[in-house]
Amino acid sequence: MSDPIRNGSDGRFEPRIVAFFCNWCTYTAADLAGTARMTYAPNARVVRIMCSGRLDPQFIMAAFRQGADGVLIGGCHPGDCHYQEGNYKALRRITLLKKLLSQFGIEPERLRLEWISASEGDRVQKVMNEMTEQVRKLGPLHLEPMKLQHPGAAASLSHVKATPVKEMAL
Amino acid sequence: MSKPKVGFYWCASCGGCEEAIVDLDEAILDVVAAVDVVFWPCAMDFKRSDVEAMKDNEMAVCFINGAVRSDEQLEMVELLRKKAGLVVAFGSCSHEGGIPGLANLYTKAGVLKAAYGNAFSTVNPEYTLPMAEFSFPEGKGTLPTLFETVKSLDQVIDVDYFLPGCPPPVKLIVNAVMAILKGELPEKGAVLAPDMAQCDECPRKDTKPEKLLLKQFYRPFQIQVDHEKCLLAQGLLCLGPVTRQGCNNSCMVGNMPCTGCMGPTSRVRDYGAKALSAIATSLDSNDDAEIVAVMDSIVDPAGTFYRYSLPTSLMHRANVTNGGK
Repeated sequence: MSDPIRNGSDGRFEPRIVAFFCNWCTYTAADLAGTARMTYAPNARVVRIMCSGRLDPQFIMAAFRQGADGVLIGGCHPGDCHYQEGNYKALRRITLLKKLLSQFGIEPERLRLEWISASEGDRVQKVMNEMTEQVRKLGPLHLEPMKLQHPGAAASLSHVKATPVKEMAL
Repeated sequence: MSKPKVGFYWCASCGGCEEAIVDLDEAILDVVAAVDVVFWPCAMDFKRSDVEAMKDNEMAVCFINGAVRSDEQLEMVELLRKKAGLVVAFGSCSHEGGIPGLANLYTKAGVLKAAYGNAFSTVNPEYTLPMAEFSFPEGKGTLPTLFETVKSLDQVIDVDYFLPGCPPPVKLIVNAVMAILKGELPEKGAVLAPDMAQCDECPRKDTKPEKLLLKQFYRPFQIQVDHEKCLLAQGLLCLGPVTRQGCNNSCMVGNMPCTGCMGPTSRVRDYGAKALSAIATSLDSNDDAEIVAVMDSIVDPAGTFYRYSLPTSLMHRANVTNGGK
């Protein structure tokens, strides 16, 4: 519990959140929040993706496996997707993925999908704060590291030689 | 010149992979004519001491099927690795963890309780469990113990090639054996099967609509399955789009949806996540409540999408410290 990154100066648990924001709406909104000098919880590492529909569920699994306590996804409001229906695809995937995560012993509340348009900087502020508080309540996600006898086997399915998850510390 | 020596071994498996070797039919005669089988506990009387007596790399190749989930299996595969020049992971279980790998959704204690306590056919009021060590008048006996987590073969030893499938299709076994005999081997670590999805060679391919617009998902017993139409288009959870080909679509030919035993193609790291993605997006609904309702009709997403690949998925196992089952 003494990890300085995981615990703030007051000893409070600081969750690690990975946020995937769509280029056209939520990322722009986060930008707006920044230029408007809004302050919000600094716990999320934002990854810009072109569309919430581009978000492969593998990315979410990898984020949790590699130490995220929560994953936040921001996309355009229904009907506003730059690519027509990418956000609907995200909605369908995330709905099913939450069900699967609970079977994996990961609370579905650690995964959140939000629609935030480019003009809603204040909503980024609100959602970031809410998400941080929610995950803080859930506590750290202790995924046990895997002990694999064969050292070459870290990410080893043979057919994944060239994947970026290779450096995963398992 | 003496014939190359070949071994077969099984770990946590059902015996179906051994059956697949018998299924070689006449081709088995060619195989037996070309090689010496020096170890095959399922079919012939060999003992561990026979393997221990071998020189290092004495076997040209050892085919190992089944997941690794006990200390005995681990010791055996480590021993076989030393004695064999090539190790081939044979079948879904050794390739990706397979059906036994679904135990990774639970704890070891939970698995034992299900098997020795709660099973319908079990009467065990004192809840007696197998013991690793026990004494009796003649002396002391030992039994192998299970690991907390089921592993694929390449998570415990160095594996040269992978033969996917539950069990591997005969055609692929023959191809692999012949390639090894001729020394025409692909790059180490290769999966010895075509690297394209099932749909690519599916006989129902032409009936797959340009865009899948599903209103409901079904399990095979819930509908009258059309013999010619794309199974996915009928609302069945056919995992063909994300599964490697090489089995001549035997399930689809048999009017059953693909369950994914051939594993992913080389472009996919986590089979289940990708399968979930493919199935979820084919739902034709933009309404929150309707999406939740339809997704709820998929009773067991983890068992459906990770049926053969949980131990080699990104998660490897369910999170039990955070209150998982």
